[in-house]
Parts: sequence; C-alpha cells; structure tokens
Amino acid sequence: MWAWPKQLKSRGIIGMNRRNIRYIGRYNDRRLYPLVDDKLQTKLLAERHGITTPALIGTVTTQFGIKHLGNMVASVAGFVIKPAKGSGGKGILVIERVEGDRFIKPSGAALTLKDLERHVSNILSGLYSLGGSPDVAVVEALINFDERFSAYTYEGVPDIRVVVFRGYPVMAMMRLSTAASDGKANLHQGAVGVGLDLASGRALRGVQFDRARHDHPDTGHELASLAIPDWRSLLMLAASCYEMTGLGYLGTDMVLDRDRGPMLLELNARPGLAIQMANGEGLRRRLDSVERQADGLDVAARVDFAQRHFARRGELPPPEDASPLAGMAAGA
Amino acid sequence: MSRLSFYLIIALLVIAGAALTVHRHVQFEVPWTPGEQRQVWEIQAEVNFVADGGPAKVNMALPTSQQGFRILTEHTASPGYGLTFLEERGGRRAEWTTREAEGDQQLYYSVQALESPSSRHADVEPPAESNDIVWESPYDTAASQVIERAWSRSADAYSFARQLISDFTDEREGENARLLLTQFDRTPLLVRLLNQADVRARQVSGLMLEDGRRRQRLTSWIQVFDDNEWALFDPRTGEQGKPDNLLLWESVGQAVLEVEGGNNSRVDFSMISRNQPAASAVRSQLVEDTLLNFSIHSLPLEEQALFQTILLIPIGALVVVVLRVIVGIKTSGTFMPVLIALAFIQTSLLTGIVGFLLVVSVGLVIRNYLSYLNLLLVARVSAVIITVIAIISIFSVISYRVGLNAGLTITFFPMIILAWTIERMSILWEEEGPKEVLIQGGGSLLTAVLAYLAMNNPWIRHITFNFLGVQLILMALILLLGNYTGYRLLELRRFKPVTED
Repeated sequence: MWAWPKQLKSRGIIGMNRRNIRYIGRYNDRRLYPLVDDKLQTKLLAERHGITTPALIGTVTTQFGIKHLGNMVASVAGFVIKPAKGSGGKGILVIERVEGDRFIKPSGAALTLKDLERHVSNILSGLYSLGGSPDVAVVEALINFDERFSAYTYEGVPDIRVVVFRGYPVMAMMRLSTAASDGKANLHQGAVGVGLDLASGRALRGVQFDRARHDHPDTGHELASLAIPDWRSLLMLAASCYEMTGLGYLGTDMVLDRDRGPMLLELNARPGLAIQMANGEGLRRRLDSVERQADGLDVAARVDFAQRHFARRGELPPPEDASPLAGMAAGA
Repeated sequence: MSRLSFYLIIALLVIAGAALTVHRHVQFEVPWTPGEQRQVWEIQAEVNFVADGGPAKVNMALPTSQQGFRILTEHTASPGYGLTFLEERGGRRAEWTTREAEGDQQLYYSVQALESPSSRHADVEPPAESNDIVWESPYDTAASQVIERAWSRSADAYSFARQLISDFTDEREGENARLLLTQFDRTPLLVRLLNQADVRARQVSGLMLEDGRRRQRLTSWIQVFDDNEWALFDPRTGEQGKPDNLLLWESVGQAVLEVEGGNNSRVDFSMISRNQPAASAVRSQLVEDTLLNFSIHSLPLEEQALFQTILLIPIGALVVVVLRVIVGIKTSGTFMPVLIALAFIQTSLLTGIVGFLLVVSVGLVIRNYLSYLNLLLVARVSAVIITVIAIISIFSVISYRVGLNAGLTITFFPMIILAWTIERMSILWEEEGPKEVLIQGGGSLLTAVLAYLAMNNPWIRHITFNFLGVQLILMALILLLGNYTGYRLLELRRFKPVTED
C-alpha cells in the first residue's frame, strides 16, 4: 500500500514539493506564465516561431459576441471550443461533426447551438480559468488525427506529452483516452498513459489509474507495438518550445495530424508527475544530468543528447507474445 | 547565499519569537498553561482623621511590586479631595489635598496584589550612615554595653542584628535593655542601636495578609543592610527573613501617613483574597506599553476578543500547510477549511459538521438546477449565496421550532465562502464526477476538523493570545515548510506501483 521514501528516492521519483520548489520555482519565471496559461497567446506565439498548431477558426471575447458563434462554426466540419486560460483540460468541448443544427460530440451525444452558447458564456465568465478571471473562448479546427492510432484510443485524440527541461526533452508519454476517461486524455480520469522511449518513440510501459497495463482497456489492442512516426521531428518541436517561451521546466502537449504532422496543442508550466508512472522511472536522474549540461546548445544538439542518453528498453511484452495464451499465463 | 540568508531569517524569527515569549513569561509572569490559578489579594486602606476646618493634606505611602507580590490595579475613593501620585524619596506615595475639610474624614485606597513567587524586589538604596547619634546619660552606657555584648557574639551585620534583637526579647532581656525600653520605643531603639554600631538599618512597615481580616494595622520591621543586600528582621523576635504573607507597605523608611490640617489620623486595612485564573490576573496588570511589552491586553476588551480569534488564524493556516505540503490532502479552496473551522468554534463541532453537510448538500442540489438556467457566473454565484442564506434561515427556524437551539448557531457559517464552495464542488461534480467531489469535500472537512481541534485547544488559545512572539515562530515554521522538497505522505502511496516491478 505504501512505499518508503527511500524506495522512491532510489528510483529518482520526484514529488510535488520538489517539483514546485526545485524545478518550477527555479526555472520558470513567473512573468512568462501568461504565455502558456493563455492558449490564445501560446498559439499566436507559436505561429510567430513557425510552430504548427491546430488552425484557429475564431475567438469569442465578449458575451455580446456569443451570438456570432453560430456563423463562426457554420461551415466547419468539426471543431473544438476551449477556454484560453483553462487548466487540466477543463472546459474543452469537442464537436466531431455537425448534423444540421445538431452538434455531435465524439461520444455521440448531440448538443444544440444553445448548449454551445451556454458553454462559451461559462468560459467567458471565467468558470474554467485559473482563479476564475474573465476569459476568452478559442475555437479551433478539429485535428485530423492519424488513423494509425485509432486502435489505441477510444473516442478522443491521443496526445503526446514531452517534458522539456532547459530545452532538453527528458521524458515522454502518450495519453490514450478511454471510456473511463470519457474520451479525455487525462490520466487521473482514467486515460491510459504510455511511456515512450526518447530514442525511438516506442512504447515502454502502460499504466491506467497508476497500475501497469499491457493493452487498451476498450479496444483491447496491445500497447507494445505503439510507435510514434516522425519521432525526431516531434522532439525537435518540443525542444524548440524552450526558445519560444523561455520556460525551463515545461510540459509540451502535441498531437499527430494526418496531414500536417506533429502539432503543438498546448504548453504547461506546471506539468504533472504522472509521466513518471507511465515511464516506470523517476525524472530525477535525467533532470540532474541535464542540469550538468552547458547552456547555449541548439535544438538539434539537445535532441541528440536526449536521444543518446535517455534511451531505454521497453518493459512491455513484444507484440507476438501478446496472444491470449500469453496474457493468461501472465494473469495466472 | 540566498539559502544562507533564508536560514538566517528563520533563525532570527525563531530567536526573536522565543525571546519575546520568554520575556513575557518571565517579566509579566504570563503562565504557560491557561489553568494556573493565582491568589489575588484585595487590600483596602481606610484613612481616618479629624479635620481642623482649614486646608488639609494627607500623604500616604503606597506599596510597590516586591518579592512575592506584584501590584495589579489600584483605586481610590476620596470625594472632595484632589489626588496625586508621587514618586519621592524612592517610594510611591499618594497625596490627597483639599481646601476645606471639617470633622471626620475618610479616604479610601484599594489595591490588588497578585501573589507571584518569582517577583523580585526592586533595588533599594541603603539609608545614609548616621554618625551623630547622641544618648543622654545613663542611656549611653547602657547602649554601648548592649552593643558590645551583641558585637562580641556576632560575625557580620545580620548576626549582629539577630543578637541585638534577641537581647531585647522577653526571656533574655537584660538590665540595660529594660532601661533603654523605658525611654524608647522598641523598633526605633533597635534601629538607633544598629546605626550606632555602623550597621545600616531602617524601620519599614508591612501588612500581614490574612484572608478576611478587617481593621488591621501595619507592623514595623527592621531592614538591615549588608553591602548591597538587605534582610528583614522581626523586632519582636529577632527572626530573620520576610514571612510569605507580609506585604511591605512602606519600604524606604518614611512615615506611612502624614496629615496636615487634621488630627487623630490613623489608617486601617481590610483584605480578602481570591483565586483567579492566572491569565486574567495578567490581564489586569498595571503596565506601561513599551515595544517589548507589545500586548493585545492594552486594547479595549471588545477588540481583545476579536484578536483572540484573529491570532488563531495562523494556527489554522499552519494546519492547512502541514496537511497540504506534508500529507498531500486535497481541499476545495486553499484556506476555506480555516474559515469553516472558525465557524465550528462558534457552533461546536458536531452541530458544525451536520450543518456544513446539510447546507452544502442542499446547496448542491439547488445549484444543479441553476446550471440549467444558463446564467452568467457572477449572477449564478449570487443566486447560490441567496440560496445558502435561505437554507440557513430555514434550518435555524426549523431547529428552533423543534427545540434544537444548537441549530441556531448555523448562522455563524461564512455564507459567501459556502456559496463558492458549493459552486466549485458543483463544477467539480460535472467535470470530474462525484468521486472527486467526495475526495476534495472530505479533504476540506477533515482539514477543517483538524484546524478546529487545533484552534479550539485551550492551551493553544492561551499561548497564541498571550504570547505574540509565538506568531513569529509560526511564521518561521511555515517558511520552513514552504521549503520542504521531500515526498508528501500520500505520494508514498501514489508512487507505490513504480517500486513494485
């Protein structure tokens, strides 16, 4: 039930307090937070730095402007409404397709324009924003997510979280939404976290609700064969967010678009610690080794360093062993 | 470098806090525990004299804080007289004056003296040596013989005084002593003899304290100096040392009472003793406000009561910090539990918890309906506030009708905070499901209960209210906790799976 602090320490696990004081407090300048806390700002900043993000359909900034929402989304197939200052995926509404005046969520539930307007109104009054301050609603185009991942996810779009420390990618995971997580890629709501090898982008280990998992709970597909295509360019994208924001300890959330490749979804100045669970390894050793590196390397050199030093072998049984028989043997 | 200065600040805060606290304990005798009882003597002095019809001036010695006693408050009743307190010749005196007084006059002075074993004497100046003591014959020979006899049997000032006085006590009274006593009063005589032998001594007056006694007179004592030390001797028995129940009323060798414009003056004392909690005895101290003696007790009573609560908030904050940083409990709203705990202090724990659960659960149901109305946030929270007020009023009325007076205290809940709690929990319910609501709601309630238990502890209340220095120590503690990079208790469980393979 309980681990000894010594056990966690020997595995390099970082606790909340240490993350807050030692990394966020030391490497993240408070003044830079608005860049990442406001998704609209992040988006505009990313555009200036030539980093791809989902296409912006429009923004709603005033309660008065809500009535234009209908026009805004009239000709779009699917879209996402999110609060610019939301946190932890709160207030994100995904509309997969539009059927007449019905807006269909990935779960199949239908909403009316009134529902959408109410949602936007809530966003504007600051219901989902940090500290309840008035907010802006951002409407983005839906991501055409890579069909190769459809077996690994339920309803939602899987996203890839890379923790970037002083510009070096240090740890990565993919978050697969499940029925339990209501199609959201939030680990504490029941999404599956899959640790990824920084060298190859292959799956290392899977967890759901902090317990090891070898397959997707809904689709039943084994996780070992999961590998991210175009892995290096995704790492380059993540690492370049350091120059873009200046934040030393950063969580980058990315998605793979079928047509446009890796895309930056959002940045997080206070990335969670669940990535350690998904990787079965603490961040401490990697953060320490990055702290010993000199400043001023370019993005490619930093990604090289990470791929060389943070390579790991997967813990998942290889796909050919993942037959029902092997599963039973493991269960027995 | 920044670490060093951080720990320096911590050390400074702790040292300053501890010093202030110990200073208050030692200097003002604020006890460490609230239950300690102290004996307080109420002493009333009644001055009687017959006025001559013209202007009158009454000058009386007043007691000061001394070994065994601390003077708290004093009052006078003297209609028609002007009153001044004087500091003169090393002692405190009261002077009553009037232009015209005739017939029997009564002046009252009452004082509260706290028995305090650790109280010390103020430094007293020894009396000047008197070289011009002249005796008439045949008393001069008697005196020198008495002195010589005592001198030969003694080693120092104290033993000389002891021997001298014992020669004047009944059984051992010699010829010389008897002769001298025919001419002089006992105490002035002894002082005179002591002075002649170059021992500095003087007559002082004290009051023997006995509960419930009336019409008491002061008794005279001999104060004998040896270098800068002094000791008290009973002129009747020669016993050395101050009895525990002796309050020195006049201790600088002056007259106790001087009356001009009157005669037949005398002063009578009556006294009672009562037990009083040490803390309230401290409250009535006569103290000047200096920076070191910075105390809430100098404020009016109403503000004091307010501060008693305010000074508890850091304790609640400390509980929250410990639970969040060391344990890792999730609460809804960081310091909301402290405010709920403050309400629990008013309502008592059980009523408080029942009331809190009732208000929040009914509020959640109504808030659930409000979410269908598609309202702006501020309007919705305002509506929830009104709902909370309505719930509280209804519960109060119902519980009163049913005869549960405890239910009335529900009005102490901070309504706006409750409304926000309901709002936040409702959103949490929609987004994360009821489980998270239970976790955060339970965490908040647990934190509130623990904060309540800490804040309602009589000892903690006593310490925070009476020792402001403790606030600095709390500050240092919280700063230290804010620097804790170790694991939280609940993380040991959360990260357990990582250690399993």
